[in-house]
Amino acid sequence: MEYIILIITAIFVNNIVLAQFLGICPFLGVSKKVDTAGWMGMAVLFVMLIATLVTYPIYYGILVPYNLKFMQTIVYILVIAALVQTVEIILKKTMPALYSALGVFLPLITTNCTILGVAINVINFEYNLGQSTVYAIATALGFTLAMVLFAGIREQTAITKTPKGMDGTPIALLTAGLLAMAFMGFSGVDKGLSAALGL
Amino acid sequence: MSKLGIIINGIIKENPTFVLLLGMCPTLGTTSSAINGMSMGLATMAVLICSNFVISCVKGLIPDKVHIPCYIVIIAGFVTVVQLLIKAYAPAVDETLGLFIPLIVVNCIVLGRAESFAAKNGPLDSACDGIGIGLGFTLALTLLGLCRELLGAGTAFNQPVYPEQFGALTFVLAPGAFITLAYLSALFNKFIKK
Repeated sequence: MEYIILIITAIFVNNIVLAQFLGICPFLGVSKKVDTAGWMGMAVLFVMLIATLVTYPIYYGILVPYNLKFMQTIVYILVIAALVQTVEIILKKTMPALYSALGVFLPLITTNCTILGVAINVINFEYNLGQSTVYAIATALGFTLAMVLFAGIREQTAITKTPKGMDGTPIALLTAGLLAMAFMGFSGVDKGLSAALGL
Repeated sequence: MSKLGIIINGIIKENPTFVLLLGMCPTLGTTSSAINGMSMGLATMAVLICSNFVISCVKGLIPDKVHIPCYIVIIAGFVTVVQLLIKAYAPAVDETLGLFIPLIVVNCIVLGRAESFAAKNGPLDSACDGIGIGLGFTLALTLLGLCRELLGAGTAFNQPVYPEQFGALTFVLAPGAFITLAYLSALFNKFIKK
């Protein structure tokens, strides 16, 4: 039950893009077509899950016992960068089909703040390994959902005439604002749900 | 280009927020008030100046193949320094900015300037570029924060301007960030970027 609330909160209530403002760059950058947006979301899901599963034991196994917590940022960013490179090489050798679908996005993901953000968040929220895994998956699904919805709307606004100054980014930001407003409708759902389930 | 020219270039012609559209996450995430926006801008500026200066000093020593990981380590080092300083001397700021301070490390502005400016210019010019871009970022964030605070809560830099109940709370919440930035960049497009 606790996991269901965690999932709903991460996908809808605290959506990583529309409520927490992480991963705005890919959100604005690769959201012109629905299928590219979907693949980007899948790539993020893949890397986020692996990154969380790798950085979690590093934090509790190495940084905490040796009192190196302040090195978190440096260690995490290096581990994530190395991880993305490794994943890229392995995919290229073993799964060429998947690589050609996700390949272009992988280098982009190293500097995607959602990955580092989630890896730091699971430590800040003091989740255990199971909760961290679920949280990483749900957050990435929330990211994918926001990306796909946004790309769908952008495909429509692309064929509409906009005022000159609003062309490009401003209209995209405005669309994102309205989408964020729609997602605000979910606020409180998590609390209501946990009250209804008696947690 | 003179040192002053480099600084002004960073504020107007290559304004990171309105022109280059880099570093959108902190831009949207930390500007619920003018003060918050300004502290985020200043923290980023500190990292930017130091990392630009150091990268420009050591650029000859780094082999070309591994330059990006090296830059990231240098940047992450300075981010940690800034993070610890803020935690020690301004715990209130640390509380409000939270996750966004460690995330300066993946802010594309910092790595972007290291790659496009510091790797090609001398240490002093690079530091000036850091000041310029940092100021441009800080000004943009303060402006955005000021607009949101004024429209949403009726205050400017925490000073009351009009009664709070007339403000539209949306502007302080998530959607307001997107909408305010949309209109500000539309205005910037129309009047400054020809």
